[in-house]
Amino acid sequence: MNLLEALNVSKAFGGIHALDTCTVRVEQGSIAGLIGPNGSGKTTLFNVITGYERPDTGVIRFNGKTVEKPTPDKVFGMGIGRTFQLTRIFPRLTVMENMHVAVQRRGAASLLSRWSSSHEQRQALELLEFVGLTTLQDMPAGNLSYGQKKLLEFAFILIAQPRVILLDEPAGGINPTVINELRDRIRDLNRRGVTFLIVEHNMEFVMSICDTVTVLHRGTTIASGSPQAVRSNPAVLEAYLGG
Amino acid sequence: MKIIRTFGLLAVLALLLAFPLLFGDPAVTTIAIFTLLFAGATVAWNIFSGYTGYISLGSAVFYGVGGYALALLCKAWNIQGGYMPFLLLPLVGLIASAFAIPLGWIALRSSRHVFVVITIAMFYIFQLLAFNLPGITNGSDGMFLPSPPWDAAFFNTPFYYVSLIVLLLCFFVSWWVRNSKYGLGLLAIRDDEERALSLGVKTGAYKLVAFAISAFFIGMIGALVNYFIGSLYPAFAFSPAFDITVALMAFLGGVGTLVGPLVGALLLAPLQQYLTVQLQIVGLDLILFGSLLLAVILLLPEGIVPSLRKTWTRWKASRGVRSPVAGSREKEEKALLAKGGREGNG
Repeated sequence: MNLLEALNVSKAFGGIHALDTCTVRVEQGSIAGLIGPNGSGKTTLFNVITGYERPDTGVIRFNGKTVEKPTPDKVFGMGIGRTFQLTRIFPRLTVMENMHVAVQRRGAASLLSRWSSSHEQRQALELLEFVGLTTLQDMPAGNLSYGQKKLLEFAFILIAQPRVILLDEPAGGINPTVINELRDRIRDLNRRGVTFLIVEHNMEFVMSICDTVTVLHRGTTIASGSPQAVRSNPAVLEAYLGG
Repeated sequence: MKIIRTFGLLAVLALLLAFPLLFGDPAVTTIAIFTLLFAGATVAWNIFSGYTGYISLGSAVFYGVGGYALALLCKAWNIQGGYMPFLLLPLVGLIASAFAIPLGWIALRSSRHVFVVITIAMFYIFQLLAFNLPGITNGSDGMFLPSPPWDAAFFNTPFYYVSLIVLLLCFFVSWWVRNSKYGLGLLAIRDDEERALSLGVKTGAYKLVAFAISAFFIGMIGALVNYFIGSLYPAFAFSPAFDITVALMAFLGGVGTLVGPLVGALLLAPLQQYLTVQLQIVGLDLILFGSLLLAVILLLPEGIVPSLRKTWTRWKASRGVRSPVAGSREKEEKALLAKGGREGNG
């Protein structure tokens, strides 16, 4: 069953067709990759799915239902979490405070309670342990290194227990050791039932972790299938090499 | 540490309670009353502008609305001077909040830079309305509030304690907001609003509620100030100097922190009162404040409280003192590095 589908999505900015009847399907419980040359519309598709951009045509379906008028908070509330290509954390909040931002959706009464004594505190500690940031929990998040920020963003998405996580270049700009750790974390979570859609330029990373790969080129889906099948697809080679 | 802090707080509280007994001179208690009220206004301003990062320069709208609301309520219900008008303060606060909701709803649709300009515009609209709706506000002739029947020696005492209660209440609300999940949402909005939205923080409602809370207290304070003075004129009820003063106090102490605005106000408000009331030089305070604002931006871009906190942690580091909160030495050092490296962030 497909947990997340973007069907025939088009989006133009002025005369530029960022997405042109593009279709991506993510099966429940899978790790799906989304690749394509620069400017092929990957991030735009993420923005459309997560409600940051309104598509001109096409629909987003989640869990078998069409998402009506998606907005970022609504989409998040449905169980779709995302990270950004350039990480977006809260630089002046501490690492631990960052962890607690994403647990707002528990009704007005709980908003009045102290975040530091909430029952999510244990979960937040576990997740920081999971990404190896426990010792830095009282540090302003803006002081973390780029890789640490990526891990923090990943961790604070997890606290809300999303059903599917969209990662925009999770391996970009971080060192190989951390990439391996990240890969382990993603696999671990996937085993626990979390579905992933990953945009990534690091081919080795994509091929080693993804169950299926979709290739975008000039805003259109040109291939979709297992990593091996996609890798040998002539259209894909053409797109990457021929431009 | 915790015991020291508790005792320190109790000592400050005792001093504040005993102040009118220690200093009976009405000239001194008048300065004290204005200081408490400005401290309250600064703390209230910070609940919205400090925590969310949306700088409002139109809080005088609520200050003026509070003043006029009390004057009109006293007139309509034929309330005499005395303790009764104090009991109307919560209602006055609610009226100010009722104005804040539609105004905030409009102003908060804009980005934070445009927001500043819109709040200034709103403020001038209200000042113009106060001048030009003589049927309600009596225009530039102003309004009088009922005068309490207390003799000169006692006159300031009730005002002092009511002002103190308002300040304490306001500070308590600010403390609570700062530590709650709701407040964390406000701080997240300050850092990256769009991101906060995408994590389920209902940014629109959060900002509006903070705006209304802030207006509630500023409205009560406006009413108190005008009740204390006894009269109300458009140019003073809706004064541009109000927001400049309050914002400067907050920036001096440390905008967005819990105690910073209180510290800033407790330092500047007595000075301002002394200059205007004692020396009778109206306007000198504004010239001084303008220069001070430039100095603060240049020398203490983060404000007194964050700067002192930084110095304190550095000093502790140089002495090798371990914080009882931080578990290991290593962690402490990392935290110090982090704080030392923090860029100026208002």
